[in-house]
Amino acid sequence: MGALSISLTHDARDILLPMHLRVSGTGEILHAGPTLRKLRPEGQLIGRQFFDVFDLRRPRGVVTMDGLRQHSGLRLSLQFRDGPDTAFKGVLVADASASELIVNLSFGISIVDAIRDYDLHSADFAPTDLTVEMLYLIEAKSAILEEWRRLNVRLQSAKIAAEEQAFTDTLTGLKNRRAMDHILGRYVDAGVPFGLIQLDLDYFKQVNDKLGHAAGDLVLQKAAEVMLRSTRDKDTLARAGGDEFVLILPETVEAGHLVDLGSRLIERLEVPIPFGDDICRISGSAGITVSLGVPGVSAFDLLGQADKALYASKNTGRGRVTVFSDTI
Amino acid sequence: MHGLMNRAVQCFVRDTYGVEMWKALAYSADVPMAGFEAMFVYDDAMTDRMLDGATRLLNRPQESILEDIGTYIVSHPNVESLRRLLRFGGETFLEFLLSVDDLPRRARLAVPDLGLPAMEIIEGDYGAFELICRGDRPGFGHVMVGLLRTMADDYGALVVLDYEGRNGLEETISIQILQNEFTEGRPFELATGPFS
Repeated sequence: MGALSISLTHDARDILLPMHLRVSGTGEILHAGPTLRKLRPEGQLIGRQFFDVFDLRRPRGVVTMDGLRQHSGLRLSLQFRDGPDTAFKGVLVADASASELIVNLSFGISIVDAIRDYDLHSADFAPTDLTVEMLYLIEAKSAILEEWRRLNVRLQSAKIAAEEQAFTDTLTGLKNRRAMDHILGRYVDAGVPFGLIQLDLDYFKQVNDKLGHAAGDLVLQKAAEVMLRSTRDKDTLARAGGDEFVLILPETVEAGHLVDLGSRLIERLEVPIPFGDDICRISGSAGITVSLGVPGVSAFDLLGQADKALYASKNTGRGRVTVFSDTI
Repeated sequence: MHGLMNRAVQCFVRDTYGVEMWKALAYSADVPMAGFEAMFVYDDAMTDRMLDGATRLLNRPQESILEDIGTYIVSHPNVESLRRLLRFGGETFLEFLLSVDDLPRRARLAVPDLGLPAMEIIEGDYGAFELICRGDRPGFGHVMVGLLRTMADDYGALVVLDYEGRNGLEETISIQILQNEFTEGRPFELATGPFS
């Protein structure tokens, strides 16, 4: 069975293959399709040697026309030697009539760079070419991806806000018990040394009973303010429940410092708080312990120690600070 | 109904009538005040309530609102990406129009669950065309009238468009191209959007 041969005019070839090259047996570029001509103005393509214009990346080591001819029908990978060094996929066939080669090129994935580097339009691609569809798809998918990204950013912010809320005591804005347990556990596990102050308000119940919950709430908020003003950003202030507060002070393990801080807090808590025509008077009792970051002492143990010291303060007349030791 | 479509209605109301009007509509139609998520699919009843609410609040026939939405989604700067994606359909308005058959398939490539109605372009004589929209929800034809009219401007073509009516779920639009390249139109570069 003989091969069916049809001859195409140059015009027909330009329509079917707008990115083809006709190369002579000696390697001279005789003709380039209209889209390729657009990439390299007059004189940079026609009449020049194929291997001077193109760097053949695959197959490697082919530098002669005879070598090239061996790869008829196979995939070529090449790029312009001068800038912009656009990359192409290609395939070549030997012209039936002569020693000439037809090399047809395509941008492949480098189309994304090519449309940036050259003024290309839909009409520069054969109507059967999927390039424009690919560009459409890339653009459509990018737009959709951007929507997903925005959605994720919104969800992420909502998640952070929800977590923040889940760890916050809404009345005072301090951390809540859950957050306190979390941070305490983390410090203990990581071996971070810290001071722990458990501070209970004294006479809080009286304020609540006498002046109502609104007064009680105000007192709790003022107490939180006092603590915030007297501590550092890296310290954790938590309302552990009711009128109980816990302060976690990383890297502060000097008992003297902690006692000073506790005393100062109590002093400030004792400043009368006006509520309407009334005055709220409270005080505080504190228990202090220290974690030196050594293994074997759990967060539960430390809270127990601070609690024990706190009750020693309460039992010795309130408005006091006690540091935990085995003898109390 | 897909979030992208619901959001088109939402953005149209917000950008055309102001954010207060959108809030009033969201409140009265019981749809999310903060707006629709573009990538979620919502109950069709929400869209119905929203469109009915818009008809009431704006005191305009629903057909003309839908047509304005069609114009809005391909012309407002806030939604520039859709106009660009449509321009990939062809080099001239005629080419674009002939690619409208493919629109639902093209849309599915990008958003598989968008759910556009089936579309068919029937070519008549002397630049006359008919577009048949077949979907499970009538009304889309009005959106297409606004969209095609605006795309014709975008391409610089001179066309006359008419909504011919609805037969069951089938809507017919007549399109007469008087001049395919009447003005320059707006430019379309392959290399903008994500490539530039």
